[in-house]
Amino acid sequence: MPEYEPVIGLEVHAQLLTRSKLFCPCSTEFGKSPNSNVCPVCLGLPGSLPVLNAKALRLAVRAATALGCTIQSRSIFARKNYFYPDLPKGYQISQYEEPFSTRGKLDIRVDGVERTAGITRVHMEEDAGKNVHGVGGDSSVDLNRAGVPLIEIVGDPDLRSSAEAAAYLKTLRDLLIFIGVNDGNLEEGSFRCDANVSIRPKGSEELGTRTELKNINSFRFVQRAIDVEIARQGAILDAGGKIDQQTRSYDPDTNKTATLRSKEDAHDYRYFPEPDLPPLVIDDDLVRSERAKIAKLPQELRAEYVAELGLSEQAAVTLTQHPEYVRFFDEARQLFPEPVKIANWVLTEVLRDTHVRGLSAEFPVSPEQVAELVRLVSGGEISGKQAKVVFSLIQGTSKSPGAVVEERGMRVVSDEGELEALCSGIVRANEKQAAMYRAGKTGLLGYFVGQAMKKTGGSANPKLVNQIFQRILGGSEPA
Amino acid sequence: MKITTAAVLHVAKLARLELDDAEVVSLARDLTEIIEYIDELSTVPTEGVPPTAHITVEQLPTRDDEVSIGLDHDTVFAEAPRENEGGFAVPSFVDEG
Repeated sequence: MPEYEPVIGLEVHAQLLTRSKLFCPCSTEFGKSPNSNVCPVCLGLPGSLPVLNAKALRLAVRAATALGCTIQSRSIFARKNYFYPDLPKGYQISQYEEPFSTRGKLDIRVDGVERTAGITRVHMEEDAGKNVHGVGGDSSVDLNRAGVPLIEIVGDPDLRSSAEAAAYLKTLRDLLIFIGVNDGNLEEGSFRCDANVSIRPKGSEELGTRTELKNINSFRFVQRAIDVEIARQGAILDAGGKIDQQTRSYDPDTNKTATLRSKEDAHDYRYFPEPDLPPLVIDDDLVRSERAKIAKLPQELRAEYVAELGLSEQAAVTLTQHPEYVRFFDEARQLFPEPVKIANWVLTEVLRDTHVRGLSAEFPVSPEQVAELVRLVSGGEISGKQAKVVFSLIQGTSKSPGAVVEERGMRVVSDEGELEALCSGIVRANEKQAAMYRAGKTGLLGYFVGQAMKKTGGSANPKLVNQIFQRILGGSEPA
Repeated sequence: MKITTAAVLHVAKLARLELDDAEVVSLARDLTEIIEYIDELSTVPTEGVPPTAHITVEQLPTRDDEVSIGLDHDTVFAEAPRENEGGFAVPSFVDEG
């Protein structure tokens, strides 16, 4: 049996974060009662005319620019014709022959290896409605989504494994969220993916017949669905069979893909230029102003964090996952310029209780609080252990860490006289251990230090306590 | 250019039209005549002329991203044959995406 190489290209539909629809002023708000955000335009009523949403255009240009696409100064909208109950006009307004942007790329990283996947094009289109299967013989159509602005990002068939496909999707989603174009919400359908999958004998340059997997709406499933489809195609070829060009769906319950339609039933969309919309002209000013909004992409920030701030690759990756993480970290490190220490706190304590929803994030503390806490630890005023206690006390409050430390009398005790008295007391109370120590069991030093920390609730300066015990117990030097 | 009965049937299927045999024959004849008439345009030399899809407006106007309230429920469903819990009730169909 020959070894096969999968060839995968992804098509992603991402909702643009506008308040109103692409061609009419109806709200795009999710979760409203069915058919409450509709008007003559998105209902496809006769005589209504579409008018393009300027914000949607700007966001689309921003996304395409971030993907390194060339923005076409002139493009046209096209009608994609098909009959479907969730498409009231009988056509979808999309872009076909002349999309507003072409040729871009996305850098992905799989198992530590960087790869670049090509982007064929990014174009704008309107979403269709939603169909809810009712009981009995009826379906129920909700047109609240009809006309919601989308970009379709068509990827080149550059991906060679399901892991690369998953990495591509994740990277693309993070990027779109980062530049404020999309909220990355798969559950609500604002980020959706179709996968074109084919296989070919390893070493072959020719493309095999592809199948299209429709609407895989979870990161968990995308990799599995592609693996299942690769295996299915491999089994067919191994048995001497031929792959049919098909559209297939993936069922996570059975972990199988199934035919939706074959090539013979493929839609004949009869695209033609949308007569209701004149050519779209995008001027340089618009492109420039959108480019200015994405001055730094997550990858560039990551590289900077590693090279200039000395963060680990992993820390940099996590901190650049969300624009709010970046804002939080940058603010905190400007207040106290110890980026590695700040990053450690953000990664271990802050993000554990941070709730992200779309473009916003709710942090348990403020950057000011974190900066002050790290300053207190760095200055030796409180121990790392105490800092964690302080952190738990300031969470969800606006209290300053310094105030909490004062309030609780938590400062590290570095007063030598005070500590010496404490340590002497401990030695007297533990005659037996002291004798053993002096007889050479120097490992018991930890026991004494532990006692001192316990007595002071962790506030004794551990370094000093160590030195004092060694002096008092005298005798042999610790090994 | 001749429009065959097969082409008529294909377009009818896409347009969800049901035609009887006589209609297919007459439509094929009519459509052939119409296409041939329009085909006279191909005698015009158009080399180097970009395809023109629109002649009325030079450039697409845009609107600001502002929300306004759409139609009320009764208006939305005034012409709908059937309603099902706020949705347009249609014969059950498979969502092909």
